[in-house]
Amino acid sequence: SLAEVFLPEETRAAAPVDFLQELPSYQSALRRRAAAGGTQERRTAPQGSAGLRAAEARGPEQEGGELGVRPAREYPLSIAEKRRDCQQADIKYLSGWKQWKRTSSKSLKKVLNEAKELSSYLELWRHDIRSIEGKFGTGIQSYFSFLRFLVLLNFIIFILMFSFVTLPTIISEYGIFNSSFAKIPPKNIEPHCTVYKPSGNKGLVYFYTYLKDLLSGTGFLEVTSLFYGYYTIDAAWLSILRYNLPLAYLLATFAYLALSLLWIIKRSGEGFKQNLVHDEDQFQSYCNKVFAGWDFCITDPNAAQLKHRSLQYELQTDLEEERLKRKIADRTMKEKLRIYSLRIFINIIVIAVLSGCFYSIYRATVFSQENSNDVSNTNFQANLLVQYLPSMVITLANFIAPQIFSFLIRFEDYSPAFEIRLTLMRCIFVRLANIGVLLFSLWSQISYCATDKCKACGYNYELYPCWESEVGQEMYKLMIFDFIIILAVTLFIDFPRKLLVTHCSCKPVQWCGLQEFGISDNVLEIIYGQTICWIGTFFSPLLPAIATIKYFIIFYVKKISLMHTRKPAARPVRASSSNFFFLVVLLIGLVLAFIPLGISIAHIPSSKACGPFRSFNTSWAVVPDTILGFPTGLQQVLHSIASEAFAVPFFMVICLVMFYFIALAGAHKRVVEQLREQLVMVRFDPVFCTPKV
Amino acid sequence: MPVSPARVARGAEGGAAGRARPGARRCHGSGRVTCEAEAARAAMGGSASLLPREALCEYQELTFLSKQEILLAYKRFSELLPKEERENACSARVPKSQILTLPELRANPFQHRICRVFSTSYDGDDSMSFEDFLDMLSVFSDSATSDIKSHYAFRIFDFDDDGTLDRKDLEKLVNCLTGQGEESRLSNMEMEQLIQNILEESDIDKDGTINLSEFQHVISRSPDFASSFKIVL
Repeated sequence: SLAEVFLPEETRAAAPVDFLQELPSYQSALRRRAAAGGTQERRTAPQGSAGLRAAEARGPEQEGGELGVRPAREYPLSIAEKRRDCQQADIKYLSGWKQWKRTSSKSLKKVLNEAKELSSYLELWRHDIRSIEGKFGTGIQSYFSFLRFLVLLNFIIFILMFSFVTLPTIISEYGIFNSSFAKIPPKNIEPHCTVYKPSGNKGLVYFYTYLKDLLSGTGFLEVTSLFYGYYTIDAAWLSILRYNLPLAYLLATFAYLALSLLWIIKRSGEGFKQNLVHDEDQFQSYCNKVFAGWDFCITDPNAAQLKHRSLQYELQTDLEEERLKRKIADRTMKEKLRIYSLRIFINIIVIAVLSGCFYSIYRATVFSQENSNDVSNTNFQANLLVQYLPSMVITLANFIAPQIFSFLIRFEDYSPAFEIRLTLMRCIFVRLANIGVLLFSLWSQISYCATDKCKACGYNYELYPCWESEVGQEMYKLMIFDFIIILAVTLFIDFPRKLLVTHCSCKPVQWCGLQEFGISDNVLEIIYGQTICWIGTFFSPLLPAIATIKYFIIFYVKKISLMHTRKPAARPVRASSSNFFFLVVLLIGLVLAFIPLGISIAHIPSSKACGPFRSFNTSWAVVPDTILGFPTGLQQVLHSIASEAFAVPFFMVICLVMFYFIALAGAHKRVVEQLREQLVMVRFDPVFCTPKV
Repeated sequence: MPVSPARVARGAEGGAAGRARPGARRCHGSGRVTCEAEAARAAMGGSASLLPREALCEYQELTFLSKQEILLAYKRFSELLPKEERENACSARVPKSQILTLPELRANPFQHRICRVFSTSYDGDDSMSFEDFLDMLSVFSDSATSDIKSHYAFRIFDFDDDGTLDRKDLEKLVNCLTGQGEESRLSNMEMEQLIQNILEESDIDKDGTINLSEFQHVISRSPDFASSFKIVL
């Protein structure tokens, strides 16, 4: 009978749910909900039995008509049922105050909804990303969302630098708004350090000189506001306000770095929480793959077919990997020795490859710097080639090294998932370290001092009278070249390949097929570009504008390339792990950008011939200088914060707070384990089991 | 399924009262339409059928959809109906075969389960009214809470409608994911291994089935669920 089927299940199912509600995660969710609206002792956790509908009906009745506590739409009922419950609640008498509260909260919600709808129209590329999601799934869509994020980030950085650094300079130089400027007073600096004559292309020049200057940042571009050397003003007077430009330049740099850091951390908040709290590899869990496996937003039958295949492939691979892990655990000592020695050998090869890359970049940079300073420009093309030599070598290294790594890793006998991760780590390292090596070789050139005169300036004043502009030019060249390469690869490799595959039906061509849209490769590409932008913005304040335009165009290029010339990856990429991975690598890039900037600002003497920091030893020196101008009380406070007497206790307090949270997490884990055991025991407890009738 | 007596009583008398009467506001006096209906019509770009403003507000409150989304849903829903029935779109029922022609559902392996879960048809033919359609879009929208989504996901995955996910349900679920056709199914051994792993991860009380609470618990820790359980017109 009906009762027999339902009753025992209901009572049996009641007990586990009680225990589930003891879980810390559930309790904190309860607290959050209670704080949001009204007090509830027990949420109606609908029972697992077929009494689902009954439980749902119980829900709103228990609320007692106070539907303002939890909005009607959050109940898992059909619209008709919700409407009836709403009317039921309306019938009950509500005091005037409560009614007013309800109507005002309703109208507030309406206003917020309207505002949200309006703001959704401002979202960039909303329709494009939706259509990509429908055709290719959420993995690839996350790449394009990431690209959009970078466009916005670069635009905000540009606005920051422009409004605080470039705009005041331009305003005061042209005397708009009755402003004037004060040039930097010459302090006791050696006269030879201050000689700087940028060419600026005066007189009659050939047309191709302009092109060359545009591509390499020299000539007429060098004297524009694009580069550091243009900002020679000490202070700008806007009516009576004194605007300290050197300080603003430095603080704007710190501001954009801090802004990027905070924005990335905020965006990756969810992913971090997931990864740090759980021990198990949650991204790879089977439940996640099965219950959240299907992208419900796929509308294209072909894409659905591909998704089926990739899901099947993924499940089979993971199951196989699990069987492999069991086999690995059964390895003998002899086999383990063999495999470990093989791995050490291959890692040595990897290090050798890396050293080869770094050395070639170093030599290319040195060669390029030595030869491009020969003013006797013989050949336009040869000169351009020499200028772009470091960029070309870096791009080549970025292309060859990953191929070598993916070839080598097959011999190391790791599980497939770990193989992918290790290759990825190595590729990331190669790309970011290449930029570091380039900068290091530039600095070795700049700080190379043989004569005493040179040592007096602190840097090689003959070759680099304005070394920050030089570094800015190198970053500019890297960015332009990167952009050209991305366009060239799409135009000259992807489209011809597609034409070949569609029209030529011979076996080798068909076996090659179309290239997959490799998400990690593409992401590393744009993160490389973004790291260059972060480093270069200090030396070239208008670089973020170029980066914004570059990423804007790349979005459309990649979209067209994806739609027409690529096939989706065989192994599916999950949106959650992708997002987390992109942001972690971006963070690594940002942290790596801090290092060269820190060294340039604080360690290398600023050039005395150009720029806003001419009268200071290093660029950083403007900050202590400003602090000396503060009132004595404030100075003392700042000095005490920076002293050891403050730093050591502060560090100890932070350690204590950290240990507290670790202990708390450990205690929660223990409670979770105990509850799990109890749940299993409860099933067999005679108190909770009613014998069947 | 047990239904509470209160609901039965309410159902009898409350049913007609709250339902929107779409025909009521269309024409007045000399044939001019009222301002509210005109606003709705203007927003939809002049299609023949109208959604009364009062109903629009009510749907906005009872679902997670925004005004634009409801109007778009109304437009798409009326396109599924034959021309004669389009004026009464609010109260018409669309047969399942028509619903499955929507591009959003066409390629979905769970299309039949979705129609079954959201349909409130008493005949059991899984036809959907406009409110069922809105219900479905609301649950699958961006702003729906994860509670609601996991609740309905559970019902969709529960192929035999018994309130728990047992081995047979999980097997059918995995077969839906990997595709129809013999060569796209996992072998028996692989299926066993997979179901064993899933139950290990999610079955807390070790009774061999996954009930709603366990399902919601495992979904709350699944990072991909919110982004994949989404349909936007």
